[in-house]
Amino acid sequence: MAQQNDIKYIAPVAVDIKKKKYCRFKKSGIKYIDYKDAEFLKKFVNEQGKILPRRLTGTSLKYQKKVAQAVKRARHLALLPFVTDNLKSN
Amino acid sequence: MANQYETVFIMTPVLSEEQMKETVQKFEKILTDQGAEIVHQENWGLRKLEYPIQKKSSGFYHLFEFKADGNVVAELELQFRRDERIMRFLTVTMDKYAIAYAEKRRNNRKAKAAQEEQPVAEEVVNEEPKTEVEA
Repeated sequence: MAQQNDIKYIAPVAVDIKKKKYCRFKKSGIKYIDYKDAEFLKKFVNEQGKILPRRLTGTSLKYQKKVAQAVKRARHLALLPFVTDNLKSN
Repeated sequence: MANQYETVFIMTPVLSEEQMKETVQKFEKILTDQGAEIVHQENWGLRKLEYPIQKKSSGFYHLFEFKADGNVVAELELQFRRDERIMRFLTVTMDKYAIAYAEKRRNNRKAKAAQEEQPVAEEVVNEEPKTEVEA
């Protein structure tokens, strides 16, 4: 028992292992991002309705541009809010 | 060289169902009169808006998908601006991926609609024996 605990301290594992991010559009072969599908676009905005940066979502530049375009179109059509609180809980 | 376009527009919720259909027909006519070919249209019905537009919190959404020249779009948008029943509109040029996606989406919706019809029929079947028992 004691030995096992010691080993944990000697070799800190699993803390620094980051999961590699990937672009979900490239991986699953999505070519077109629909501005009409608000539920899908909500994955790319935070609770305030702001577009999440690429560094968080892992989306490639090509598709990040398209995501941004789609979110902006959805906002124009009142499918997504411009500003809000607690988007996810609503 | 005709492009394919997709237009979504929002009508005021003050309209009745009939007035709303009338408005849709008006714009359908504007399109067909100018030689546009309507590929597909969808009525989303009354929908809640994520933020108020013209102090209204809901609106009738309608979608047109059509093949036409660019000047047709200009005319359509001019008519949208002149019509006070229209609160918001958006026209987008469709690239080849968008066209492929739209086709897939249409088929999905069709399949979904067909699926929704079937369980209803089943429910009716289930209800019948119940009434017999009660009687």
